[in-house]
Amino acid sequence: MGMTMSQKILAAHCGREEVKAGEIVMARLDLVLGNDVTAPVAIKEYAKTKAPAVFDCNKIALVMDHFAPNKDIKAAEQCKIVREFAREKGITNFFDVGEMGVEHALLPEKGLVGSGDLVIGADSHTCTYGALGAFSTGVGSTDMAYGMATGTAWFKVPSAIKFVLKNKPGKWVSGKDIILHIIGMIGVNGAQYKSMEFTGDGLSHLSMDDRLCMANMAIEAGAKNGIFEVDEKTEEYEKAHGRKRTVVYKADPDAEYDRTIEIDLSAVKPTVAFPHLPENTKTIDEVGEIRIDQVVIGSCTNGRLEDFEIAAAIMKGKKVHKGCRVLIIPATQEIYLQALKKGLLEIFIDAGCAVSTPTCGPCLGGHMGILAKGERAVATTNRNFVGRMGHVESEVYLASPAVAAASAIAGKIASPDEI
Amino acid sequence: MNVKGKAIKYGHNVDTDVIIPARYLNTTDEKELASHCMEDLDKTFPSRVASANGTVMVAGRNFGCGSSREHAPLAIKAAGVSCVIAEDFARIFYRNSINIGLPIIESPEAVAGIDDGDEVEVNFDKGIVRNVTKSKEFKIAPFPPFLQAIIAAGGLLAAAEKNVLK
Ligand code: SF4
Repeated sequence: MGMTMSQKILAAHCGREEVKAGEIVMARLDLVLGNDVTAPVAIKEYAKTKAPAVFDCNKIALVMDHFAPNKDIKAAEQCKIVREFAREKGITNFFDVGEMGVEHALLPEKGLVGSGDLVIGADSHTCTYGALGAFSTGVGSTDMAYGMATGTAWFKVPSAIKFVLKNKPGKWVSGKDIILHIIGMIGVNGAQYKSMEFTGDGLSHLSMDDRLCMANMAIEAGAKNGIFEVDEKTEEYEKAHGRKRTVVYKADPDAEYDRTIEIDLSAVKPTVAFPHLPENTKTIDEVGEIRIDQVVIGSCTNGRLEDFEIAAAIMKGKKVHKGCRVLIIPATQEIYLQALKKGLLEIFIDAGCAVSTPTCGPCLGGHMGILAKGERAVATTNRNFVGRMGHVESEVYLASPAVAAASAIAGKIASPDEI
Repeated sequence: MNVKGKAIKYGHNVDTDVIIPARYLNTTDEKELASHCMEDLDKTFPSRVASANGTVMVAGRNFGCGSSREHAPLAIKAAGVSCVIAEDFARIFYRNSINIGLPIIESPEAVAGIDDGDEVEVNFDKGIVRNVTKSKEFKIAPFPPFLQAIIAAGGLLAAAEKNVLK
């Protein structure tokens, strides 16, 4: 019987011809990731493995992004644990302030993850790299510790839902609108345990930034991973980011899927997820009058160059609404630099936005823009759970960079067409 | 490997916040975690487990959903539960349970055929769940040998230390 893209990658990494959904396999890893929140726990656990050295000092990535630049003394201590571990073990891919970025934006940009790779990370949004045709998934701290020691992890081979994307999306519709539309349709458990595999001729209209954003939110539908079929855009991206080879695993024609869902991209409208679940979606024409106090454009979901290009095009020559605080957070140093060179940051600052160094910051209610009781934010991030950006009685509305930028100008949730 | 005990049964979507509320996450002390296990749903849980000669937890769909905290399976294991049988588990909970050495079984048939208070026996090697009280048997897919080795060793890192994973 045929295999899905995800199953083929797993099979290749456990040296087998074939794996079947539901089987449990031990597989070889191409990269193990941790951040300043999860790595300190895993480092403590790692000691228990009594491993004389990490499995490969070039295949572990440690990124200080959640509470960095250090928000307080506790955060500083956490980063210090990781910094010392990285030095002691000779870990080459340790990214600290000055070169770090939000992990899931940084790793693809550095060419550390790519098509055909098998990646685990102690962070639920590790599924982002599926945009490049990798099998990547979030795990717990014990898995990370074991992965660092042995270079392997066990997996239950997932079954899959196939999403066939058709046609070309409309003007203001980005990857974010498409994935919110899908989560609204199948629900936050709609893809539990499963792979979400994206294919179809509509793919050619989606940029790599769109795809990274969509794969990033696969976990918000409960999926184990999200994965895109590799095409010329993937290959171009990989070449531009220093990957030597593109490994392509295509699903077999007779691969078995639990469900196949067709999405007509031309019918998707700009979509907003209302509090407090990513599945509470409304299209932009259904939102009504929602006044806002803050806008955040950034994160591993939508903090990439294209996101800022779209936002800047909408904000150019305009001022943000009085009383609305607008935070622009490029996800990596490279994106920051490109946005600077292209004059985007000037547009944002002229409009009255605050521009920040890369960090997760407000996305998880860490720092750099926490909400008070009763406040509302439109954010290009991926989760709007209770208290996610601050007070338990604050609210987060998830949207695309275009809708976020339009809302910043209007002071309420708005369509870019209104601006 | 065999386990047996009295069934304690719950419904669908038992989340990690119910298993171990976030207010107790400032400790990793297993005994303390165990003493608060399930308390927001069922205050009698710790005493029932303590007084029984072995406990098998039984639940519906999506057991362990919510955050990825490893404290949740730890609390269940430390409370004295020898096995959890559910219709299905949230993904990271499933991994974390195996990794800390808590045996878990997915079997909608077994869940349907076990009531609260029934005596249950699980034979992992043969892949059989037996409801002793009702004299019923359910077949389960056996774990592959290396997952059995993880659970028998008491968790993933213990297995690595004992060098039993090949
Ligand atoms: S930006 Fe947000 S979702 Fe992404 S890694 Fe950071 S905290 Fe997690």
